[in-house]
Amino acid sequence: MATELKPRATREAYGEALLELGKLHENVVALDADLAGSTKSGQFGKAFPERFFNVGVAEANMMGMAAGFAISGKISYASTFAVFATGRAFDQVRQSIAQPRLPVRVCASHGGLTVGEDGCTHQSVEDIGLMRLLPNMRVVVPADFNQTYAAVLESYDIEGPMYIRTGRPKTPFLYEEPPKSLGKGADVLREGSDISLFACGIMVVRALEAAEELKKRDISAEVVNVSILKPIDVDTVAASLSKTGCAVTAEEHSIIGGLGDAVQEVAAECCPVRIGRLGIKDVFGKSGTPDQLLEEFHLTTEHLAGLAGQVLSSR
Amino acid sequence: MVTEAGSGHPGGSLSSADIVTALFFHTMKHRPEDPKWPDRDRFILSKGHCAPVLYSALARSGYFPVDDLNNLRKIDCHLQGHPDMHKTRGVEISSGSLGQGLSVSVGMALSMRLDKLPGQIFTLMGDGESQEGEVWEAAMAAAHYKTGNLTAIVDANGLQIDGFTRDVMNVEPLAAKYEAFGWTVKSIDGHDMQQIVDALDWSRTVEGPASIIARTVKGKGVSFMENQAGWHGRAPSAGEAERALAELQR
Repeated sequence: MATELKPRATREAYGEALLELGKLHENVVALDADLAGSTKSGQFGKAFPERFFNVGVAEANMMGMAAGFAISGKISYASTFAVFATGRAFDQVRQSIAQPRLPVRVCASHGGLTVGEDGCTHQSVEDIGLMRLLPNMRVVVPADFNQTYAAVLESYDIEGPMYIRTGRPKTPFLYEEPPKSLGKGADVLREGSDISLFACGIMVVRALEAAEELKKRDISAEVVNVSILKPIDVDTVAASLSKTGCAVTAEEHSIIGGLGDAVQEVAAECCPVRIGRLGIKDVFGKSGTPDQLLEEFHLTTEHLAGLAGQVLSSR
Repeated sequence: MVTEAGSGHPGGSLSSADIVTALFFHTMKHRPEDPKWPDRDRFILSKGHCAPVLYSALARSGYFPVDDLNNLRKIDCHLQGHPDMHKTRGVEISSGSLGQGLSVSVGMALSMRLDKLPGQIFTLMGDGESQEGEVWEAAMAAAHYKTGNLTAIVDANGLQIDGFTRDVMNVEPLAAKYEAFGWTVKSIDGHDMQQIVDALDWSRTVEGPASIIARTVKGKGVSFMENQAGWHGRAPSAGEAERALAELQR
């Protein structure tokens, strides 16, 4: 872990990478729905006002407009909170972006519970599931600032539509510098032989901490950062499962539809093993500080290590 | 075509047939031999269920063989129930879920403006479709961004699946609504060819977005279909189709 770097929010990386993309490519346009300050798309807007469109509080129209730009040769970056990008504008993303396979990047900030005090209306627990269900959609959940920066830069060259989820809170650095590429999107950060810990987003750092914790109990945990949830890197996931024979998944998302399901799908088809899912247990969120919420919903290092222990003992 | 398919939407296709004919064979600059010609005008069928009228115009323009029309909605045919830009030559954008075409058109209009392309975008919508809230989000945006290269045509046939639009959910006064949203509006008889072509040509000269409210008759030209909501999404039988075609050819 690159602990000497001060934690930064992944949404800030989105803002900086988008600005860089604007400098690199004239055909990059960005849209926002009155959250440009929060999603960080506003930096692009300041630098390239003629290519920035703040459409007001109208997410459906924003997705349609993003499609219109993409049809006309632009690469569109449309940002708002995850809950609105995927829930409110689902049909526009489905009909006007995913089905026509357009190069629109739905860039959703404020994913998960760590939105915090705003409460359940603004905390998306189901966005990854919704996006994973859409044919043609690539689903990306970077783990830290640098990986987010890389994902956004790399997105310019990737065909078809993409969903990129970032978060509100400051998050520790995992990568010293932005990787050149996300590759196939499953990065083995720590090798182990007893159990695999698959994590995405803010849970990756907790998975690494849990592996340390487990080591004290003589358990060797492998940690895999799954940054591309769709298409998931079947080879890497299956190889890890075959090696360790059991796993825990960890995500700031419902246990339904997200990383847990994605890994279980691979396991069911390639390598059936016992898998425990750490995530939000099919409930909505609530108000509180991000740390309080993560504690209350059991998205902590301790719970991750605990679940790993349970899975191991019940093999 | 719809009879062969066994399903489809004849009513709204007929109400907009005169408008679409004027667009493809008079108003729009387009090249069937080069569908992606950058300087072309664009036609967006927001009311995607009226695919039959779009397919007819595309086929008669030469985008694909006219014979294909007999295979509408068939498993191996490129002519989908609702337009698919990846399957059918000449279709600008996949559509079918109502209310989205105007948003896409606003994005296209702004993109074309950035690229200094000369084309005009003609977006055909339904009056029933105008009950979708997204239409008004897009209408607001078009006026805000002063998209002079955008023409919205409302095929106001007064009917929708469940009955008369005024009974189901009144959308009138449409012209006043568009005006209030900052558009320049012209109301016409959507079956008077002179009025149609004049309005379409006029819309190019308007500085901001232009809206044409075309008063039409659903099922136009077929006596037993005219003004009947039941013909929104029902295929005529072979006998009915024969009678309908005979009436249309008169």
